[in-house]
Amino acid sequence: MSFSLTLTLNGAQRDIVLDDPRVTLLDLLRDRIGLPGTKKGCDRGQCGACTVLLNGKRVNACLALAVTLDGAEITTIEGLADGDTLHPVQDAFIEADGFQCGYCTPGQIMSAVGLIAEGRAGDDPERIREGMSGNICRCAAYHGITKAVQEATRRMDAATKGDAA
Amino acid sequence: MPDTVQPIRFGSNSGQPVSRRDGIAKVTGAATFSADNSPANLLHAVYLPATIARGRVTHFDTAAAQAHPGVTHVITPANRPDVQGDPEAKPTLFSFRVEILQDDSVRYAGQPIALVLGETLEAATEGARLLAPQYAAEPVATDLDDGAPFDIEPGGFGRPQGMVHGDIDAGHAAARQAIDVTYETPAQYHNAMETHAIVAEWDGDRLTLDVPSQALNMSCAAYAYFFGIPAENVTVRSPYLGGGFGSKAIPIGPNILAILAARMTGRPVKLMLTRQQMFGPTGHRPATRQRLRMGIDATGALTALDHESLSASSRFDDFFEPASNASQGLYAAGALRSVHKGVRLDIGTPGPMRAPGEASGAAALECAMDEMAHAAGMDPLEFRLRNYAETEPGTGKPFSSKALRDCYLQGAERFGWDGRPLDPGQMRDEAGLLVGWGMGTALFPCPMFAAEARATLRPDGTALVETSAADMGQGAWTSLAQIAADSLGLPLDKVAFNAGHSSLPDGGVAGGSGHTATAGTALHEAGCDVIRQLGEIAATDPASPLHGAGNARFVARDGHLFIEGDDSRSEPFTDILARAGGAALTGSGKGVRPPEVGQEFAMSSHGAVFAEVRIDPELCQMRVTRLVGAFAAGRIINPKLAESQLMGGMIWGTSFALHEKVTHDRTTGRIVNADLAGYHVPVNADVLGLEVITVHEDDLHVNVLGVKGVGEIGIVGTVGAIGNAIWHATGKRIRRFPIRIEDLLTA
Repeated sequence: MSFSLTLTLNGAQRDIVLDDPRVTLLDLLRDRIGLPGTKKGCDRGQCGACTVLLNGKRVNACLALAVTLDGAEITTIEGLADGDTLHPVQDAFIEADGFQCGYCTPGQIMSAVGLIAEGRAGDDPERIREGMSGNICRCAAYHGITKAVQEATRRMDAATKGDAA
Repeated sequence: MPDTVQPIRFGSNSGQPVSRRDGIAKVTGAATFSADNSPANLLHAVYLPATIARGRVTHFDTAAAQAHPGVTHVITPANRPDVQGDPEAKPTLFSFRVEILQDDSVRYAGQPIALVLGETLEAATEGARLLAPQYAAEPVATDLDDGAPFDIEPGGFGRPQGMVHGDIDAGHAAARQAIDVTYETPAQYHNAMETHAIVAEWDGDRLTLDVPSQALNMSCAAYAYFFGIPAENVTVRSPYLGGGFGSKAIPIGPNILAILAARMTGRPVKLMLTRQQMFGPTGHRPATRQRLRMGIDATGALTALDHESLSASSRFDDFFEPASNASQGLYAAGALRSVHKGVRLDIGTPGPMRAPGEASGAAALECAMDEMAHAAGMDPLEFRLRNYAETEPGTGKPFSSKALRDCYLQGAERFGWDGRPLDPGQMRDEAGLLVGWGMGTALFPCPMFAAEARATLRPDGTALVETSAADMGQGAWTSLAQIAADSLGLPLDKVAFNAGHSSLPDGGVAGGSGHTATAGTALHEAGCDVIRQLGEIAATDPASPLHGAGNARFVARDGHLFIEGDDSRSEPFTDILARAGGAALTGSGKGVRPPEVGQEFAMSSHGAVFAEVRIDPELCQMRVTRLVGAFAAGRIINPKLAESQLMGGMIWGTSFALHEKVTHDRTTGRIVNADLAGYHVPVNADVLGLEVITVHEDDLHVNVLGVKGVGEIGIVGTVGAIGNAIWHATGKRIRRFPIRIEDLLTA
């Protein structure tokens, strides 16, 4: 039995045929599409390492069955930068040292991009900490993560205002 | 001898807060961790963990597993191919006995009891489930009280040595005031975000492994042993570790099973532990119970510091937490004793977990110091200063350096410690929350292992430096390159650095907080070797402005060779090499500490941590609202990365104090909270004010770089500081970690 679906993955349309309904979005990306940037940390939605954007919203890719996602638009860490130009969140993570081992980093960054798009936190550190608390960092680079999200939020706001003016 | 050692110059690279050189790879998803590798023709392996803690497996439904579509092989003790090594043997310094399906016995919950291979992860996972094992279970012991304590026979790694200095009975007798308190710490599991994972591929009798390793070359030797091949036939690729914390220095049974499966099938095999499996055969910090007896004289000076620690190991191997070691080198007590006792339980073998010994030991020691200070009516900081050790307690050895007093003073000032009420329960914030302040001292030794490195200066004036160093997040890719660039007198962007591959010169062990010191020294020596050779070429070349300077020392700076003390004579590296025929120059170096240095000096990093907690007086919810840590750890190569590491350590301290603990089901012996929902670690919202001060410290003895290490010390003083702050807020002394709401409600 096979299952067909079409995804818009990092801006490109992908037609996918699956032979197994048990495949999660995370394992689809990592094992079957060759996009291992999205990380597996717990496989049950407890750590956030697999965070991707699904139709613009952040989700744990380990909790989504791939066959349920026909027509979805998905952005992974590999699709964030524009060529060699990093996304402001990526830049800010490097500058603020928002990671150590780097394993949770793709999930942290996708979560931060999602949080900023939600517009709920602004650059308020307390709200950022709360909004980023679905993403565990065992190295505990939280101080840098919060600073990075604050800084990226400010820069993206400034850029938006600049565009509007 | 040591008096003649010159501190090396601060180069233009060391000391700079350079951003991580692997930053772009890590923020774009390009950094390749072990399980990200999927070679062609890959098989997926899933092991089945035991759900009893003691007994035998009596039956598997092998046929059901084998019949599942996509399952290719089912391996149980009944059909497991032979390995060449003995599972009971310890082929390297950091080895423990492994479970590799050698028989049908179960020694702890989570032990691998079968391995299933499949064309897909989904098939192998379901195949393992279908095995539906049946057991003959036996009664289990998983609690410290369940075992009979015995004295540990000291014997190196995992079997710690106690010590006695002075007459401890006389010290107790001389005390004008005394305390006798017992603290408990729980079993904790490393839980790096990257679970253990391996991709194993054979080519004849050569083996290539993508596996995270904190000691690449040692890993090669260990895995080679089990398969009867020379260590040089094994290649370990470990460019990035998704966290290690001690657990990835030890070869684990599941990895050996994956390698065996790859040999058996002739196909590459990937095995990635699930999060639940991270509570099994991967080591952990064992539970301890620590009794501290202290006495002071009328001036507040310690007459006795008597620290006895009980810790748990498995039934079949030895790793006892060296907790009472924490009391061996910190305070100037008239008499000092540290004792290690053990019990054996039906648990997996523990292992080194970030600050093994010091973390658990200082949790108890620093709280007991606080209790003693309160009994004496002294401020906790004043009490510690009163018992400040100017030389190593007991031995009287001088410290190679010890800026702990500066740590106390700078930390206290930044925190605002002055004016802290001596009695608990005196402070409230504007919202009515109880506020408490506490402090703790941190100490961590600065060992060096052994490392080798190679440096190559190319004719174009760039360099390649190489060592099989491991970066588990501490920043080896960056800080080691900074050291190497300084040794070569080159800007960082002209130095390429290769690490994380076992074919490179042996980078040693990323552990014991000694990797920067050890691999860094090797890289430094390799660079200096190149510069020495370059100097010889220039000095004997009549066309060089440096000709004839053979007896002078050369200094390399910004791609030029200078005569030391004479900036008027110099020549670019590229000119020297071009005239010499245009070939590259290669140098080598080793990082080891001469044994006489260790005999002459006591060597440790030190620190002081100050904590503020706020506690709801009715609900007893606790928050750590401020942490200030001041640490003296010799030269800081990269302050940006060192501060991150120290902050991470302090958050580990918060985690120890308030979050982490496994709970065993006393009937089955299983861990009931074996995942990240049940095993609590801090999230971002748990981390409020956090500040690190790196205190200046020159150390002329510890190694040529003056580097001690910052990987583990952050956790050490923090646990006690938080426990003490909770007491200061509430007046309730909780002697069991982690401190939970219910402890305060019922105390």
